[in-house]
Amino acid sequence: MSIILKAQNISKQYRLGKVGTGTLGDDLKRFWYSIQGKEDPFLKVGAVNNRNSIANEDYVWALRDINFEVKQGEVLGIIGKNGAGKSTLLKLLSRVTSPTTGSIKTKGRIASLLEIGTGFHPELTGRENIFMNGAVLGMKRSEIKSKINEIIAFSGCEKYIDTPVKRYSSGMRVRLGFAVAAHLEPEILVVDEVLAVGDAEFQKKAIGKMQDLSTGEGRTVLFVSHNMASVQSLCTRGIVLENGMSVFEGDIDNTINFYLSNDKQIIPKDLSLIENRSGNGIVKFDSFHIEHSNGEIVENVLSGDTVVFSFEIDVKNLTNKSQVDLGFSIHTPQDELISVLYNSYQNVSLPVNSNGKHKVQCAISNLGLNEGEYIVKGRIECDKMESDWPKVPIGKFNVVKGDFYGTGNLGFNGKSKFLIQGKWDLKN
Amino acid sequence: MNSEKEWLYEISPKRKFIDLNFKEIWDYRDLLILFVKRDIVTVYKQTILGPLWYFIQPLFTSVIFTLVFNNIANIPTGNVPPFLFNLAGITAWNYFNQSLTKTSNTFTANAGIFGKVYFPRAIMPLKTVISGLFKFGIQLSILIVFYFYFLLQGYDLQPNTNLLLFPVYVLMMALLGLGAGMTISAFTTKYRDLTVMVGFATSLLMYISAVPYPLSEVSEKIPSLAWLVNYNPLAQIIEGFRYMILDTGIFNWSGFFYTLAFSIILFLVGLIVFNRTEKNFIDTV
Repeated sequence: MSIILKAQNISKQYRLGKVGTGTLGDDLKRFWYSIQGKEDPFLKVGAVNNRNSIANEDYVWALRDINFEVKQGEVLGIIGKNGAGKSTLLKLLSRVTSPTTGSIKTKGRIASLLEIGTGFHPELTGRENIFMNGAVLGMKRSEIKSKINEIIAFSGCEKYIDTPVKRYSSGMRVRLGFAVAAHLEPEILVVDEVLAVGDAEFQKKAIGKMQDLSTGEGRTVLFVSHNMASVQSLCTRGIVLENGMSVFEGDIDNTINFYLSNDKQIIPKDLSLIENRSGNGIVKFDSFHIEHSNGEIVENVLSGDTVVFSFEIDVKNLTNKSQVDLGFSIHTPQDELISVLYNSYQNVSLPVNSNGKHKVQCAISNLGLNEGEYIVKGRIECDKMESDWPKVPIGKFNVVKGDFYGTGNLGFNGKSKFLIQGKWDLKN
Repeated sequence: MNSEKEWLYEISPKRKFIDLNFKEIWDYRDLLILFVKRDIVTVYKQTILGPLWYFIQPLFTSVIFTLVFNNIANIPTGNVPPFLFNLAGITAWNYFNQSLTKTSNTFTANAGIFGKVYFPRAIMPLKTVISGLFKFGIQLSILIVFYFYFLLQGYDLQPNTNLLLFPVYVLMMALLGLGAGMTISAFTTKYRDLTVMVGFATSLLMYISAVPYPLSEVSEKIPSLAWLVNYNPLAQIIEGFRYMILDTGIFNWSGFFYTLAFSIILFLVGLIVFNRTEKNFIDTV
């Protein structure tokens, strides 16, 4: 298949701080250099785009030397954390702003769905706005006319189509906007998180439409999202952006794996090495592991097993007997909280009366987590005072499908987070 | 592998000094038409008087001007009734003024839509000037109504053959408004001071544009400053406009061609500056 879009060495520089005032001096300097035929003096400076460090320079590279090619009919996923440069890249692609250096060449019209419903005027009716919005997105009047019935039907707003848009609910506006955009016929479609809006039924419709566009009609789609599930189901290839630079490019499964693993920190065996933590430090986490009920230390457990969460804590400067309240939480690799448990929730007290290392264990029987990777975080309170709270994970484990129901039946095949079982009864 | 010719277009930092793409604007003509329609239809939605507001402003201004400049300051208007003289000047001035002020905030007012989709940015100032024509037409019609009213009153009013130049005059007003407006809009993206300036600059400009007085008055009463008005293309347009419909004032071809050339050059300058700004303005707006 032929290459339809080619980005070569594109970079985008932004000025930090107050933009718009105080730049007259820089502007004059630039102008002076350009008269002399010299290079722009400010292109030489610029910090890497990293939110966490304090920039010492006035200019920052939101994107630096991005190269990629997109083939016809491909659905390219662009993923990365907030501030990695995804939106800047989309802005360049949709020609809202131009790159500082480099170039993007394309063989087809690019239409962007950066935000749907652009150009809607509240006083105009739905029908008039379809024409307005379509024209803004680059459609010809005749094109819109031939598709108007299809668009109205897709939006599901037939009843209100001759009512001013200001009387629409926000959901209806979104539907109408997406309906117009979905009927565009550009060779390349740029989509940014539009699926986050609308109800479940509409989202399904929207994803279906996008799949049709790429597989059915051979349209090229560039898709930006944080939702790994929709990226995985839609895209064929992906790029990972980090701090304005492209750090990975490949098929979608590898890209997602890279992104997720890249996101994880390495968890030290010796937890006292963790520096990012708060609390008075009387009781601190020292190590953590997961055991089988027979005492064997493991990393992989089966759902339905009895699993022992084992924490070694280090007590220092204890003045008198104290009550320790130890809590831990289980998260997905995407840092989605699944559950939290403190011993105090179950009215269990853990009295500590000597300095040194102690071991706290919590056995969970019939583990109801479905297969996948999980991370563990922890926090300790000592006599109702926060004693230790590492801000990073203290451990991880892997769940493999097991005999949760005790029947040999592994249960539902698709993706679900929890496993439950209950007492069944039929009453006549 | 691919020859460069196959690429439809290229997105890159702007290097060419002049980079105008008239074909692209033509490709987007449907959008232009829709924007013009939208402007006309939506302005007076949910108002009681609707387009009547278009009449009220010039009529009241003319009444005030007649009272102040003609009745108090005794500025002669020849054999033309002062009210009609002022109404003609104001009608023409309004069109220019509206074109200028509305296009001068193109980038700031449309930052929302410009930040999301691409279309040739010049569509926005163009649609402002074209939809302004609609308002100008309505205001012109009341001028005609009063023209016939005064004709029936026994005044000797005659348009002259210069009336054939009417479209050229409208074009010159549009080009001047666009040129100045686009230049200012390009600079307002960085320096907001200009938005404040436009408001009072236009009201001052009106006084050196021969709106409430004939050109001849200036050279007669303050000859030292007459150049300020004589070389002002707007004064030439307004005087010329009154000349062709009321047959009053002075007209010469050198002034006409001077104004025409000035308008075209200002328009081109505006377009170039505007085009240079449109690519990156969203970063600075």
